[in-house]
Amino acid sequence: MEPQKDYVLRTVEERGVRLIRLWFTDVLGQLKSVAISPAELADAFDEGLQFDGSAIDGFSRVQESDVLAVPDAATFELLPWADPEEPSGRIFCDIRNPDGTPFAGDPRWVMRRSLSKAAEMGYTFYTAPEVEFFYFRHSDPDQPLVPLDRASYFDLTTADVASPLRKRTITMLEAMGIPVEYSFHEESPSQHEIDLRYTEALSMADNVMTLRLVVRKLALDRELHATFMPKPLNGVQGSGMHTHMSLFENDVNAFHDPGDDYGLSETAKAFIAGLLHHAREITAVTNQLVNSYKRLVAGDEAPTFVSWARNNRSALVRVPVVKPGKESSTRIEYRALDSAANPYLAFSAVLAAGLNGVKEGYELPPEASADLYTMSRGQARAKGFAELPMSLSEALDVLESSPLMAEVLGEHIHEWFLRNKRAEFAEYRREVTPFELRRYLNTW
Amino acid sequence: MTAVTEPLLVFPDPPPPELVRTLDLGGYNWKAAGSAQELEGRWLGAVVSAQESPDDAFGFSRALARRGLDIPVLLLVSGAQLDELDMRDDLYTDFCLTPFHQRELEARLAHLVWRSGTALRPELIEYGPMVLNVETYQATIAGRPLDLTYMEYELLKFLAGSPGKVFTRETLLSRVWGYDYFGGARTVDVHVRRLRAKLGEQHAGLITTVRSVGYRFGLSRWER
Repeated sequence: MEPQKDYVLRTVEERGVRLIRLWFTDVLGQLKSVAISPAELADAFDEGLQFDGSAIDGFSRVQESDVLAVPDAATFELLPWADPEEPSGRIFCDIRNPDGTPFAGDPRWVMRRSLSKAAEMGYTFYTAPEVEFFYFRHSDPDQPLVPLDRASYFDLTTADVASPLRKRTITMLEAMGIPVEYSFHEESPSQHEIDLRYTEALSMADNVMTLRLVVRKLALDRELHATFMPKPLNGVQGSGMHTHMSLFENDVNAFHDPGDDYGLSETAKAFIAGLLHHAREITAVTNQLVNSYKRLVAGDEAPTFVSWARNNRSALVRVPVVKPGKESSTRIEYRALDSAANPYLAFSAVLAAGLNGVKEGYELPPEASADLYTMSRGQARAKGFAELPMSLSEALDVLESSPLMAEVLGEHIHEWFLRNKRAEFAEYRREVTPFELRRYLNTW
Repeated sequence: MTAVTEPLLVFPDPPPPELVRTLDLGGYNWKAAGSAQELEGRWLGAVVSAQESPDDAFGFSRALARRGLDIPVLLLVSGAQLDELDMRDDLYTDFCLTPFHQRELEARLAHLVWRSGTALRPELIEYGPMVLNVETYQATIAGRPLDLTYMEYELLKFLAGSPGKVFTRETLLSRVWGYDYFGGARTVDVHVRRLRAKLGEQHAGLITTVRSVGYRFGLSRWER
């Protein structure tokens, strides 16, 4: 048996683990879990745990619904909040067909496939997301939302419950091997941000899934509700998941060139060009909810135009300034992504877009000047700046006609995702919103 | 790593002279004790002679078992005492008839020590508040379990095996992951961060970054 599996089985035995949660993610990015006893773990490693995939969003294919969850031994962690007397652990799974081949509907497989393409080109892909979310007093959509505070960016909110809650969340994350770089109170009332330290993208996608669970679970323990919904409140900024990324060729940061004015290598420039070129095509995946497009509006530090800049926080791609001596931290930041994205699919999409730029040698357009963000849409368009899709519907149209995204997601997910999301948008379109009532009821 | 120098425990105190002779001839590090009350530390095993007083000998063995010291016990009994072994299987690991044959006792002792070496004497790496058990893959920090993934454990074991020594990322990568590992030395940085996160704020400093060189576990040779 491989040493990693042996190690997990030993740990389970030594620590007296009672329950092992097998985790995997559906196509929409919801975490799924099935618990097994320690005795079943060895078999699960060898043969996988069979289950009916037809009830999982995006897995359904009625005629061949059985799939296998195969635990990835490298991801075993004890759950730090479990009763120490009855420890339980979690382990991420890859989903396979009964014949052992990778299951096309598994987002983790999409990520693995994208990473192996990068590896063929000699690259490893690192990401570091900044995850934003809100805490509210309750989760009843029929009641007005109640934030926990009225604090703002970087405010030290000693008097409220959120700071200790955030601190406890970080302790839990770190105990699970998820290092946190920063955490602070964000711009909007009751909005918080946790920045994760960069790691290889597959682990990071696992970490994002873990983070969402930990944040929500610990809030729930205090009878609060945490949400990663991209735009829960009117009039204040929404929750993004700005993602820093870099490519490494062995030990060398492939994005760095000391001779360049911006410190950016040709690879970095072509990667950014690829991101910009394909930005509209990947938006349905990086911003997958009807609600995502309420965040992507001008004025709230969210990108609306396809552009890049060094230090403008309204740009779609930002190139952070690198401190002298820290050249290996050269990276770029993609700012459209939101906290409700499926991280496996979203990281795969940005990687594929960027790598396509490298492969095809796309040329980087000039850096957007600061005044782009004060221009009207008409002016910006006249200057040749494309706009990000303004609705889920528009994003789906672009996704549908994208050969790149059909390849990244694979036929199964591409087709299912479009069908599912079209249905979501159709349902939304039939709904009369409070905005319409406020605006029209008395005037028409 | 801790050296294997635990002594053999011998009952009664003083032990019968022929036993003392055999132990000394065999080069054993041993200590005699008349009672199990205040025993502490690690023992390679125990030789309990029932020749003088079977009741005291069984009492001693029982006390050892009760204290959970988990020491393998070689019991020395005469042929006439064999009946007394009935229903006392839990009090000894092996026995030897007295008067014993010197070479038999040596062989039984060697076997007892071997058992102790494989089953009861875990190889430990200890440093300050941290203990790594190399056999069970378990780690503790200040007495609480430190739950690591396999690669985190291997990295920590390697670093802690040579406290104070600075390793380059490349060395760590090749020694812990293997030369052909795809991903380069960045992998080492990522795992060091994960380890520090798990060690917690208080102990994260056990692994220090040595600027433009690599990583070191524990204090440098100058600081000690």
